[in-house]
Amino acid sequence: MTVVYEQTHLDRLESESVHIFREVAATAEKPVLLFSGGKDSVVMLHLAIKAFWPAQVPFGVMHVDTGQNFDEVIEYRDRMVEKHGLRLIVASVQDDIDAGRSHEEYPGAPRNRLQTAALLRGIAENQFGAAFGGARRDEEKARAKERVFSFRDEFGQWDPRNQRPELWSLYNGRHRKGENIRVFPLSNWTELDIWSYIEREGIELPELYYARKRTVVERDGMLLAVNRFIEPKPGEQPFEALTRFRTVGDATCTGCVESDATTTAQVVAEVAAARITERGATRADDRISEAGMEDRKKEGYF
Amino acid sequence: MSELLRIATAGSVDDGKSTLIGRLLYDSKAIFADQLDAVATTSKARGSDAPDLALLTDGLRAEREQGITIDVAYRYFATPKRKFIIADTPGHLQYTRNMVTGASTADVAIILIDARHGVLEQSRRHAFLASLLAIPHLVVCINKMDLVDFSEEVYEEIRSEFEQFAAKLEVRDLSFIPISALTGDNVVTRSQAMGWYTGSALLDHLENLHIASDRNLIDVRLPVQYVIRPHQSRDADLHDFRGYAGTLAGGVMKAGDEVTVLPLGRTTTVSAVWGPGGTKLEEAFTGQAVTVELADDIDIARGDLICRPQNRPFVGQDLDAMLCWLTEQSSLVPGHRYTIQHTTRSTRAVVEKIDYRLDVNTLHRDEQVDELGLNEIGRITLRTQQPLLFDAYRRSRETGSFILIDETTNNTVAAGMITGPAYQHDNVVWHDGAVARDARPAPGDGQGMTLWLTGLSGSGKSTIAAEAERLLNESGRAAYLLDGDNLRHGLNADLGFSAGDRAENVRRTGAVAQILADSGQVAIVSLVSPDAEARDRVRAAHQAAGLRFVEVFVDTPLEVCEARDPKGMYARARAGEISDFTGVDAPYEAPARPELTLSPADGGVDASAALLVAAVEQASTTVPGTASETITREGNEDD
Ligand SMILES: Nc1nc2c(ncn2[C@@H]2O[C@H](COP(=O)(O)OP(=O)(O)O)[C@@H](O)[C@H]2O)c(=O)[nH]1
Repeated sequence: MTVVYEQTHLDRLESESVHIFREVAATAEKPVLLFSGGKDSVVMLHLAIKAFWPAQVPFGVMHVDTGQNFDEVIEYRDRMVEKHGLRLIVASVQDDIDAGRSHEEYPGAPRNRLQTAALLRGIAENQFGAAFGGARRDEEKARAKERVFSFRDEFGQWDPRNQRPELWSLYNGRHRKGENIRVFPLSNWTELDIWSYIEREGIELPELYYARKRTVVERDGMLLAVNRFIEPKPGEQPFEALTRFRTVGDATCTGCVESDATTTAQVVAEVAAARITERGATRADDRISEAGMEDRKKEGYF
Repeated sequence: MSELLRIATAGSVDDGKSTLIGRLLYDSKAIFADQLDAVATTSKARGSDAPDLALLTDGLRAEREQGITIDVAYRYFATPKRKFIIADTPGHLQYTRNMVTGASTADVAIILIDARHGVLEQSRRHAFLASLLAIPHLVVCINKMDLVDFSEEVYEEIRSEFEQFAAKLEVRDLSFIPISALTGDNVVTRSQAMGWYTGSALLDHLENLHIASDRNLIDVRLPVQYVIRPHQSRDADLHDFRGYAGTLAGGVMKAGDEVTVLPLGRTTTVSAVWGPGGTKLEEAFTGQAVTVELADDIDIARGDLICRPQNRPFVGQDLDAMLCWLTEQSSLVPGHRYTIQHTTRSTRAVVEKIDYRLDVNTLHRDEQVDELGLNEIGRITLRTQQPLLFDAYRRSRETGSFILIDETTNNTVAAGMITGPAYQHDNVVWHDGAVARDARPAPGDGQGMTLWLTGLSGSGKSTIAAEAERLLNESGRAAYLLDGDNLRHGLNADLGFSAGDRAENVRRTGAVAQILADSGQVAIVSLVSPDAEARDRVRAAHQAAGLRFVEVFVDTPLEVCEARDPKGMYARARAGEISDFTGVDAPYEAPARPELTLSPADGGVDASAALLVAAVEQASTTVPGTASETITREGNEDD
């Protein structure tokens, strides 16, 4: 029998991501991995662990904490940190609000937009030279042009016209003090790739990603799970439904979808057949304007 | 198991590139309902009923406002067979830079041509850039066929014009497809309107492109990226672990392989090869991220390279390269210093000189040039502070490419493709030497000549030739072996295996043999040299110079060569991992009138080598420069 020297596409994506992690670890001053407990950041962490086996991951993880997280996600985060012996840094939006650096539009308002300031402060205070983010190019039009190594000026700003050309697998992460590089090891992965990989590798995720009976209310055409952040408003009728979350962001505005996918394999099948993007489905703030993401990127959000 | 295919697209503005990509995404169901809704809304607002598919791929707001694409954007879609990544690069006059960026990793380039306008200057540039970046496959889509009545003549005219131009370039695999991106004809499904076209639709073509053999599985190259040393691990067993992590840039590597670490030059053995996360690999191959353990403790750092002792990259500080300048903020000026990033090594570099600037439209070389500006391409000579470990780009994209970084702005300012080590090539006039041929001290007791051994891989050429070299030298006759495989490490390292490269390989080897013969030695050439015409040209050159040329056909049947398969090449060729392999999927043209034919029936290596020595004796008695008779074999007359 002759061996065929061909990688499957998941193996190729894995190799590319591992290459990126090693490249940054070897060249950047103080990298950090942004870890939210969302599936993309979980896959990212999994890849980082594989890249440096059998050694420990040579950098810490940072969570930009809105203070409005799903409880399951925080539990999950702490468990992973413990299990893999990671160093966790928390950049807290609540701290910003308490110190008067950030302002809530109204009590309990979604805080996704306030994440940007906390993130930038976290990077600056810890002098991180590179931050790994889990963004993928297939998520959104504005991201299709994003580089793997994305250069940010000293204000954390992203200038779409001033990005470095990226050729072969030669990544240029050079930057001056104060500037930094965002690195996106999952750039070439699609949502389906992520789920297929989670299935293949048997990666554990927060429960929220799987269909369970949840008490929900319908609001602005979205299903929101009732929890300590979401109370039914007058006139809203809570009901039981089999639902799961496609993304886990700010608990005040992240919706869930009806689904009977209780296992990873079922989610893979569901995603393969999906007809609506994950952002379009479940993030209220992204629906405000088509160019919403672009504006936030320019401000320094991922 | 699905594979990954990377596509680069190029077309002039309005050739229909966005529409084509939108069509591929739409027809392969990579478009989500909400995305399509957004497009439909925008299309309506602009007064169009049908959704304008071009809007699907349209990116940032600034561009939306200007209505143009300005950079490289990546799109994803998948079929059950393959996952596709499209690097969408605009084809504006000034955007060579974007195409170079998007094409650097592509397996295939799609070039769009508007059927109404035919081959434009820009189409030529796109084809040239695809060949410069060594994209293995090129597909020319002749679009808007609906606007030329799906005419076969129009298609054929464009096709033949493009082919003529492409013949000047090195393009390994070129195909043409007539399409209408707007109506979908020949994009995903075969066109009803173009029954005369018998080829496949674009998507089908992309799904079935044979890419397995595009990768270099021959030259083992592992640039060390990161040294993994868990000496502080909780697990004490790991304290002595030392793993060299990197992505295999070429070749196949396994435990037990003898390897050399460069630039140190120490040779050791691979003791284990691990995949990510500690998956033990039987064999690792090109493109895999690996961690390698070695038998000996050698001081290895990032930037070093692990290869095979008999197959090393160039090690040097002076190199020639084709360079594309990527920024408008400055120009490339000789004498200026940059940081060079090549594989995992980074050092400083000075551009010594610009040999010429290439006009990407006409391929004209302008040698009167003192700088390169944005989007300009030129041939340069570079000197680096530390030696680089490199191959020619044509041979290995990974170890043959580099970027230059401006030290003040930290920007990536140039993309480089190495052509080879730099040599002095200013002096190209022919100097008559002061020593006449017969005035040289004879290196042996006979006159110089070339013994040219041709035959299939594994036919025994090199073994027989090496033995004949030994016998001749032992008998006081200066002989020198030019082995085809060995020459590919130096003299011919920049050549691949395309028909054009093979002809060049034969030409160069012939020229060197001729020099040796001229100096009075017996040059023994061992080279597959499958092309009869190329060999005949070498013979003619020898005759014109008054030198003897003895063509020896090592006539070992294909089955025997394949059963021997000393380098495992036949197996790979049969498995489709390498292509253009002589005897399998490339022809071998046996010599019509060789001076000597050796077959396994002649006995072993010793007997064949003796026949070669006898042939040298006999040829020495003929008049040089004349066509020699078939060599008579002693003792063979009675057979
Ligand atoms: N009739 C016809 N029009 C086409 C075809 N492909 C593209 N177009 C039109 O040509 C124009 C330019 O197309 P677009 O995709 O934006 O070109 P790009 O600049 O190459 O991206 C648009 O008006 C398209 O609708 C085709 O196959 N037939």
